[in-house]
Amino acid sequence: MSSVQTQSVQTGRIARTFIYLFLLLMALFYLLPFFIMVVNSVKPLSEITGGNMMALPEVFTIEPWLAAWSTAQVGVEPTGLRPYFWNSIKMVVPAVAISTVLGAINGYILTKWRFKYDTILFGLMLFSCFIPFQIVLIPMARILGILGLSGSTYGLILVHVVYGIGFSTLYFRNYYAAFPTELVRAAQIDGAGFFQIFYRILMPSSGPITVVCVIWQFTNIWNDFLFGASFASGSGAPMTVALNNLVQSSTGVKEYNVHFAGAILAALPTLLVYIVAGRYFVRGLMAGSVKG
Amino acid sequence: MGFLDIKNATKSYGNVEVLHNVDIAVDEGEFLVLVGPSGCGKSTLLNMIAGLEDITSGEIAINDRVMNGVHPSNRNIAMVFQSYALYPNMTVAKNITFGLEMHKVPKPERDEALQSVSKLLQIEQLLDRKPGQLSGGQRQRVAMGRALVRNPDVFLFDEPLSNLDAKLRVDMRTEIKKLHEKLKTTIVYVTHDQIEAMTLSTRIAVMYNGYVQQLGTPKEIYDTPENLFVATFMGSPAMNILPASVVMKDGVPHAEITTSEGQNALLPFNQENMSDWAGKDILLGIRPEAITDPDGVDRKSKTVVPISNRVGVTEPAGADTFVTMELAGKDCISRMRADADVTTGEIFDFVINMDKAVAFDPQSEMRIK
Amino acid sequence: MYHASKSDFKTRLQTWLPKLVLSPSLAMVLIFVYGFILFTVYLSFTDSRILPSYGWVGWENYNKLWRLSHWEISLKNLGIYASLYIAICTAIGLTLAIFLDQKIRGEGILRPIYLYPMALSFIVTGTAWKWFLDPGIGLEHTMHLWGWESFEFGWIKDRNLAIYTLVLAAVWQSSGFVMAMFLAGLRGIDSEIMKAAQIDGASNWNLYRRIVIPLLRPAFLSAFVILAHLAIKSYDLVIALTGGGPGRATELPATFMYSYTFTRNQMGIGASSAVIMLMTIAAIMVPYLYAELREKK
Repeated sequence: MSSVQTQSVQTGRIARTFIYLFLLLMALFYLLPFFIMVVNSVKPLSEITGGNMMALPEVFTIEPWLAAWSTAQVGVEPTGLRPYFWNSIKMVVPAVAISTVLGAINGYILTKWRFKYDTILFGLMLFSCFIPFQIVLIPMARILGILGLSGSTYGLILVHVVYGIGFSTLYFRNYYAAFPTELVRAAQIDGAGFFQIFYRILMPSSGPITVVCVIWQFTNIWNDFLFGASFASGSGAPMTVALNNLVQSSTGVKEYNVHFAGAILAALPTLLVYIVAGRYFVRGLMAGSVKG
Repeated sequence: MGFLDIKNATKSYGNVEVLHNVDIAVDEGEFLVLVGPSGCGKSTLLNMIAGLEDITSGEIAINDRVMNGVHPSNRNIAMVFQSYALYPNMTVAKNITFGLEMHKVPKPERDEALQSVSKLLQIEQLLDRKPGQLSGGQRQRVAMGRALVRNPDVFLFDEPLSNLDAKLRVDMRTEIKKLHEKLKTTIVYVTHDQIEAMTLSTRIAVMYNGYVQQLGTPKEIYDTPENLFVATFMGSPAMNILPASVVMKDGVPHAEITTSEGQNALLPFNQENMSDWAGKDILLGIRPEAITDPDGVDRKSKTVVPISNRVGVTEPAGADTFVTMELAGKDCISRMRADADVTTGEIFDFVINMDKAVAFDPQSEMRIK
Repeated sequence: MYHASKSDFKTRLQTWLPKLVLSPSLAMVLIFVYGFILFTVYLSFTDSRILPSYGWVGWENYNKLWRLSHWEISLKNLGIYASLYIAICTAIGLTLAIFLDQKIRGEGILRPIYLYPMALSFIVTGTAWKWFLDPGIGLEHTMHLWGWESFEFGWIKDRNLAIYTLVLAAVWQSSGFVMAMFLAGLRGIDSEIMKAAQIDGASNWNLYRRIVIPLLRPAFLSAFVILAHLAIKSYDLVIALTGGGPGRATELPATFMYSYTFTRNQMGIGASSAVIMLMTIAAIMVPYLYAELREKK
């Protein structure tokens, strides 16, 4: 995706004007909903129901943000989204760490210690990323119940690790496939063992793919709704589920400005990651679909 | 029994046998080159010596110790790879001493070994750099340093020069040869480049299709190739292979070939046993440098025969001039002195040095002895 | 094994250690994915209601399922939603990619703008669009305030049109991703081929139609597969945007499965619908993954 490559298509002046116009309009289309959310999250409610959604706030207020964070009614409790934000953090960090480490080791084994039928095993792991998760909801609910993990963050960690391994293995496998096998052979002759080769030779070169994998897993797990709603709907719910409760279940006056502030709060972590490390985010998207 | 003993070694992947009953005994201090086209099994054999691939059947022993099933690091071997395989995240010094560290050699000894090796290879000023900051030639030296520091029984080289540009390749070739003469180590060296094989080795194993076609000194391989494959693979331009029939004249066996002008030329053999082939067809092998102008002929040769033939294309190449022509119905190349006076299209009086000619059985493609 | 007995410890360690280290991951996948799939398939042949039960009823759940108008609506909705979603995302993604590939100034700013919705959760997307499309306060209301009194945009409240709002929001979220895939494909095309075609006198239109787009076939295939499987799995967006309504106008198989299994206590039927979803995705993904993995060899 380098922009240095010279492209030799020539376009006329009118065509170019049209192209720029189209590209700008589309940019507007993508920006508008989020822009409106931000603008209206700092307006008092009266300005939203009575006024124009495009207008900048006449009275600037951060009340809705404070309400969304700590006092808004989520479900039955007026706790705000704060406890659920921490639920998500407590779920995401271990789940991302574990699935990434497992993915790295799996990728290492599947490329540098190949054995019979390893491609089939990898295929089985890979397919598990794409299944409709509805197919595992019922037995998973049962197992979590049996293990005493229903409604808990630990249960969600387990679920996300299990269904995240496929992708993290895919990333590291494709990355390590391009890592020269001669280095591994040289290390073997030098006397390094299975784990030493991994720590000393492959790991130091795995920075970029680790970033890609962590970002992908983080985004996916943070944004998950189905598992959260199915296995942790109460006080252990993650951010997405709580946001949905906030938006859907408010009885009485709908506090749109609070909903917007809440939605932005829910989007903020992944959005920040995207802004800081967008390049890796795109690489992850690509590697997740177009292999090789 | 040699220092490195390969006995009846075979390699199969599933049902496919890729290496068939290889027998090679290498003496201590020898420089053995495995040469052949890609896919001939030479790298597989090297990897089997290294322990990177297991041995399906047969035996490989180093210094009287059978190595089947022994881990690469326990074989006391070192290897220089085609890509050099330098660890990209480690400095040159770390790269060189990593193997010692893995073998739990104490730090002072490691440093000492590093000093002497880097001095030998003149890479002292590079020790703190990362491989990415080195030129191709420098990487090559570091890779050799990593191998040397272990002080192994056998050095294995896997096409170590193929990533270098032409000039550097020649320099490094000389350097490897110097190093071998100085250290007197045992080396097994894989290449597909027959010039490397000729210049470096004390002995060559020419491989093709998973078989060792011929094992011998460079001179034996060049002058008396065992079969047609070895004859045409070794030497550049390749040996001319001309269909001929054997006729007896004055009690001496001659090879009869047709010139470009449709005349028959008789080339006397100086091998008595060719009489057995009288009346039969053979393939006559003549190296390009054995077809010259009369002034360019080797003075020690006894059997030099003139032959008139039309010149095809002349290709001056600086040191030599190559002349192509049609002989015995085949394209044939002759290598002449640079200032030989030949013109395209003329009839020219060549001489053929029959001392250097070999004959092959057209059926078995083996050399007639 | 002739060698296993003769090999030294380090060599033997090397043959079984990788397999040993891989096995926990593998066991997890085998149990939690494939074991669970088998379990759900089994449940779809039982009389499970609120809890799993093991009375075998054969194909009864499937027969019931195919007679339910609710299921029929979900499938029809999925058909509309998936085909429009895939077609529009591909069209927008391809157009954006080709336009962006014309040495556009500010490409570095535009590209991330097109792509950022992909970083948001469907719940956030749904919340934003739900409000934007609400005739009372969203776009329609704004247009009225700006003096366009006759402007009407009440799709989200309309039984026949609500499904298209789902398409709109989903396209907003995913089309940038498709753009990125096509852009990567375009940048991978050998520029000498483009030069050769221009020397042959091809117009820009023909250059793209005859040379470039055919060369993007792998990107089309990947985009189709990814979008199709996302469409079939769509659940969060429906919940956040329309909740399946108005009425059942935006029910999809994913929401159908959830409500039959967990709120209507028809687990057997829920399981059978999940099996059908799996089959559909498998029919698309398995050949794709098979081809991808084979190519690598």
